[in-house]
Amino acid sequence: MAKPHLEPGTTLDGFHIVKLAHKGGMAVMYEVTHPDHIVPLLMKIPMLHEGEDPAAIVSFEMEQMIMPRLSGLHVPRFVAAGDFSRQPYLVYERIPGDTLYKRLDTLPMPTDEVAAIGVKVATALHSLHSQHVTHLDIKPSNIIMRHPGGEAVLIDYGLSRHDQLPDLMDEEFRLPYGTAPYMAPEQVHGIRTEPRSDLFALGVLMYFFATGRRPFGDPQSLKGLKKRVWQDPTPPRKLKPDIPSWLQEIILRCLAPDPEVRHPTAAQLAFDLANPEQVMLTPRAHKLKRDAWSERTKRRFHPKSYSQVLQREKRLATRIAAAPIIAVAIDLTDSRTELLEALRVTVDRILSTVPNARLACLNVLKGNLIALDSKLDTEGRNIHVRRIVQLKDWARPIKLPPDRVTYHVLEGVDAGALILDYVTSNHVDHVVLGARTDARLRNILGSVAAEISQKAPCTVTVVRKPRDYALDDFAEPAKTAATG
Amino acid sequence: MRIALLSDIHANWEAFEACLAVVRDHAADKIVILGDIVGYGADPSACLDKVRELAAAGTPVVMGNHDEAVLGTRFKLNSVAATAAQWTAAILSPEQKQFLQNLPLTVIDEDRLYVHASAHTPEKFPYIQDVQGASESLRATDARLTVCGHVHVPALYHLSTTGKVMGFIPDATMPVPLSSNRRWLAVMGAVGQPRDGNPAAAFGLYDSASTEFKFVRVPYDVSAAAAKIRAAGLPDVLWQRLSLGR
Repeated sequence: MAKPHLEPGTTLDGFHIVKLAHKGGMAVMYEVTHPDHIVPLLMKIPMLHEGEDPAAIVSFEMEQMIMPRLSGLHVPRFVAAGDFSRQPYLVYERIPGDTLYKRLDTLPMPTDEVAAIGVKVATALHSLHSQHVTHLDIKPSNIIMRHPGGEAVLIDYGLSRHDQLPDLMDEEFRLPYGTAPYMAPEQVHGIRTEPRSDLFALGVLMYFFATGRRPFGDPQSLKGLKKRVWQDPTPPRKLKPDIPSWLQEIILRCLAPDPEVRHPTAAQLAFDLANPEQVMLTPRAHKLKRDAWSERTKRRFHPKSYSQVLQREKRLATRIAAAPIIAVAIDLTDSRTELLEALRVTVDRILSTVPNARLACLNVLKGNLIALDSKLDTEGRNIHVRRIVQLKDWARPIKLPPDRVTYHVLEGVDAGALILDYVTSNHVDHVVLGARTDARLRNILGSVAAEISQKAPCTVTVVRKPRDYALDDFAEPAKTAATG
Repeated sequence: MRIALLSDIHANWEAFEACLAVVRDHAADKIVILGDIVGYGADPSACLDKVRELAAAGTPVVMGNHDEAVLGTRFKLNSVAATAAQWTAAILSPEQKQFLQNLPLTVIDEDRLYVHASAHTPEKFPYIQDVQGASESLRATDARLTVCGHVHVPALYHLSTTGKVMGFIPDATMPVPLSSNRRWLAVMGAVGQPRDGNPAAAFGLYDSASTEFKFVRVPYDVSAAAAKIRAAGLPDVLWQRLSLGR
């Protein structure tokens, strides 16, 4: 049988055991080195004694299946796995940086810091969900802020689920597995197929970090855990009045017992946290008391059925595809109303196929290179505000509900770079923009559309009005430099 | 070693040929034929000759219920299948029948067991359609991996050290690592008559070094295979179902 303990100084499959790094409930971690790897490494060994919790074995099997299939900045890089028939282990990159657990004695944190952490964790979750994995144990001790980049790195995949691999945890155990304060209500009911369980856990974390208190305490019984289905938490602003209403809106939306009410994707949650002025406030943003006793009682004795959640189960890729962030870049100085109309028709068509999409309307306000940027035009009006009004006017015929559309004026010199930066930092899935029609101008200035099609990390649609094809593509066949 | 696992060819030459081309692309070291080479389709002779050629080169082949049916009538089939079996029996040569006659019900290959239907009573060809059926098969063998076909719908079952059997519907894009801490039962979809709603031919690919199991789907010329079944005068349902994958 495999040994759960290794002596420092010994070697296992070429890995040199340096020292014990951490001893947890289900596994032991060692710092190890290997001649082929320059980065610091960790070796995780499951506890496999007789009488140990069988969950330790199964969750280790899950982690061995999932970790080699993950990549990117937000997960530790997988190095090696040891077989169960000899000595089970996992070796992966040791992330430089501290877990958020270290921050617990600095709570409550200022709003800016909570939102910044929230954006980073939501971004990491989006990366994970895009790789078919729901974490299902998001909590401060499983999040490392990578040094020096500052990205959130999610660790410990022992309770995770990969939607293209067998779920070994499911059905194996009757009791739900997770961490009591952070577990989503559907997880309490044994459902492991809901990616928005991770958004609930992040909501708990943000509530805790912003107020210094856990929204549902730390219940020790199943009955106590189930309370969160009907018992809403004290609104954060009641505990700490300087928390802005937009942050309360976001946190309480994450904590909704029905996953359908939460943000459709982690990317959309990150978007809200990064754009607080654009968060649509609902009554939950302003409430200062828990729901009335009668409301809670009604929920308690007429519980919502979580079987609906199971029926809604879809593969993660399908879910993310159904809730994309679409950005449209609108050149308001363009006098060609036909192009503005063509852009709107295209955006409308894209939105009609994806019910949970949200739209970000972008406009670039060119800064002045010579004079200092003036926020006021010659008539003294605020240009920024006027542009927002114009964007809203453009979007009005699309008739999107206000919580699904936002307006942004990006200020700077290089339109292409500004749009690219926006698209990248907000996890935009699809950019729609118009082509510059004047071929001469395009050849001199270059094409923003071409630059974005080439560099954007997402789908790009370049819209033209029908007549443009004839003008540009056929009239001047010799010019091939710009194809926007 | 990379092993290609093909089941339920059912005399569908277009599907079989398309799968063999993909097997070559994957540079598989070994091919295993899991039974039901004939029955339903219009090309029993071509499919069987190809399998005989593979068998001569070392490919393990096990017997399916349709292979047995064309030899005599010990096995009761539904009327459509019986019609197809009679039609097939009339076409096959004595040598081809002799080959079917000599097929074993199971083959053991290192830690793997190949069988058409189930390790539990292989001669009765039970259908593994749920955890119950899978459990009977998993408990009837010590093999770490059992590979079968017969139900025409791909599935992957596993038996944990705590004695629980669970099932999984595999995705064709993600190879599944078969943890050595449990035992596995992989049910192949059908090469020649898929019934999981996807008309593409199905087979499995197992890498014994990485222990990854991949469920492969191969689109093929369904209309050509269907036209031959129709021209042969076999029951309409047999060509109609191919394009539906039902």
